[in-house]
Amino acid sequence: MAFDYEKWIRPGKLPHIWCPGCGHGIIMKGMIRAMESLKLKKENTVIVSGIGCASRLPGYIDCCTLHTAHGRAAAFATGVKLAKPEMDVIIVGGDGDGTAIGGNHFIHACRRNINLTYIIMNNNIYGMTGGQFSPCTPTGALASTTPYGNPDPGFDVAKLAIGAGATFVARGTSFHANQIDKLIAEAIQHKGFSVVEILDDCPTTYGRRNKFKSVIEMMNRLKDIAVPVKAAEKMTAEQLKGKVLTGVLYKDDTKPEYTVEYDKVIERAKAAK
Amino acid sequence: MSKKVAFLQGNEAATYGALYAGCTFFAGYPITPSTEVAEIMSIELPKIGGKFIQMEDEIGAMAAILGASLTGAKVLDSTSGPGFSLKQELIGMGCISEIPCVVYNVMRGGPSTGMPTGPSQSDVMCAKWGTHGDHPAICLVPSTVQELFEEMVRAFNLSEKYRTPVFIMPDEIVAHMRERVVFPEPGEIPLIERTTPTVSPADYKPYDTSFGDVPPLAAFGSGYKFHVTSLNKAQDGFPTTKAELVQAEEERQVRKVEGNADDIIEFEEYQLDDAEVVVIAYGSTARSARYAVNVAREQGIKAGMFRLKTFWPFPYKQITAMAGKVKGFITPEMNLGMCFGEVERAAQGKVPVIGIFRVDGEPINPDQILDKIKGVK
Repeated sequence: MAFDYEKWIRPGKLPHIWCPGCGHGIIMKGMIRAMESLKLKKENTVIVSGIGCASRLPGYIDCCTLHTAHGRAAAFATGVKLAKPEMDVIIVGGDGDGTAIGGNHFIHACRRNINLTYIIMNNNIYGMTGGQFSPCTPTGALASTTPYGNPDPGFDVAKLAIGAGATFVARGTSFHANQIDKLIAEAIQHKGFSVVEILDDCPTTYGRRNKFKSVIEMMNRLKDIAVPVKAAEKMTAEQLKGKVLTGVLYKDDTKPEYTVEYDKVIERAKAAK
Repeated sequence: MSKKVAFLQGNEAATYGALYAGCTFFAGYPITPSTEVAEIMSIELPKIGGKFIQMEDEIGAMAAILGASLTGAKVLDSTSGPGFSLKQELIGMGCISEIPCVVYNVMRGGPSTGMPTGPSQSDVMCAKWGTHGDHPAICLVPSTVQELFEEMVRAFNLSEKYRTPVFIMPDEIVAHMRERVVFPEPGEIPLIERTTPTVSPADYKPYDTSFGDVPPLAAFGSGYKFHVTSLNKAQDGFPTTKAELVQAEEERQVRKVEGNADDIIEFEEYQLDDAEVVVIAYGSTARSARYAVNVAREQGIKAGMFRLKTFWPFPYKQITAMAGKVKGFITPEMNLGMCFGEVERAAQGKVPVIGIFRVDGEPINPDQILDKIKGVK
């Protein structure tokens, strides 16, 4: 039997705003499969986003949803989770929203290790505003604000998350659609701050400027650069040049989770009364 | 049984007022001269099972309280000028998404870093016009430490009643002075809780105006699924650009506060019955004004004071009514004429308005006000 996505989609809210060839819909479907596989309760699930193409995702999903201001999703989600730790709280957003204007909230949410899942849909560009370069645009790439090639070095989102203290970090791509739900499901189950970076494509504002002839060519790029972490162990540095590791990149079950630690603060405060 | 009495600092009284009001969630970022609020909340909230979090920045603190409020909690963030500026975008979201919250802003010298330990009253316009777009504003300006406690309770009540951010903004003098505070008994000041839906989750719309200008707000996690967005929205909570829907929602958001101005505006009328010269003052400046009015009365001058407790909505109606009867208004304030401008609007040219403005970090003393009172002929 075919998977019933509509169970999780709000009636009347489709079609979505995303362009033909955009990978965000693939990621949304993966997310829905993950939530269904974990039997999350819609009334007990909050999806939080900031601003951008990816941040429109919560409007389509039938649960508690919060579409906030640019860059602030992680801070809003922190407030929701700390106030009601029993809820499942998932953040979605793009690379610019999460790592530029929202970079401070992102690294501090990682540091706190609060039990949230952050799905970063990384298409290397600010799509909604027309293709300006983001902190994840490759050096040398063309964007509407890098007409002579991008002089900026980019972020490695996964390394940033690990360095800042996140305790579950995974990476997938929108080409590897069947892996997305598994990575997201594992992230949601993890007790701590989990980051799932999904490499994605923006054919409209990135592909056209950077001489990709088709969406298929962009998808093939994702297929070619992705190397599962297991496979990478057997490869040389030379072979790994230009490749990107996919799968679960980092997992630490020993670092205390924030809301659990705060419950201990409450216990200590009550004892000291 | 006699009531509990304490000798408290303004910031301390404000914090206990918030706890009295039922605040269970605080997010903040350290900033002079309001940090005592965060410090006391970090002690007191966990004792009652509440939550305190020091966020990574001022904007994050504002975001955290809005998120927590959507779970049904009564929430507070405390700050001062630079932090208040930083929060403005999300204050706008609190207004458009109609999320109850209280922002405590101690007014210090500005703009920018200004004078972090110096008093000021120069944020009152920021409270009204700081965030972009049309939006409602409720701003309380207490004058004593006792009032800081009580007005903090009222700030929470107004925020819950009108489903909107409320600012409570003592100047640094009121926030840091110490005075005797008589604690109200539990239940002595009535507490207002936000209206929650009576319809089934399937029928719930977060901005359903069939329930009036302040629609019921469900809590995340209470069985209701709904969408909250910072975009202009329709009654179902989803974004819209339909002209008539946007116009109606924008007008309602402002109307729910402006249309209830009489319920929100509070003021003190001091020696006004036969007054010919009226000092219009607020915050610590009103304390100097009261002294000046007393001295003027001793000298046979019919002076009085109209003391603002609510700065926004501004009491235009009351001031306009006085304008035809008196010889002059005097507006002392620690800024370059913010209340002055509103009083001029209300006076409608019927009576001269004389400003006394200080932005040097020093309080306005009674002699300055008395001089101006004597000058009104």
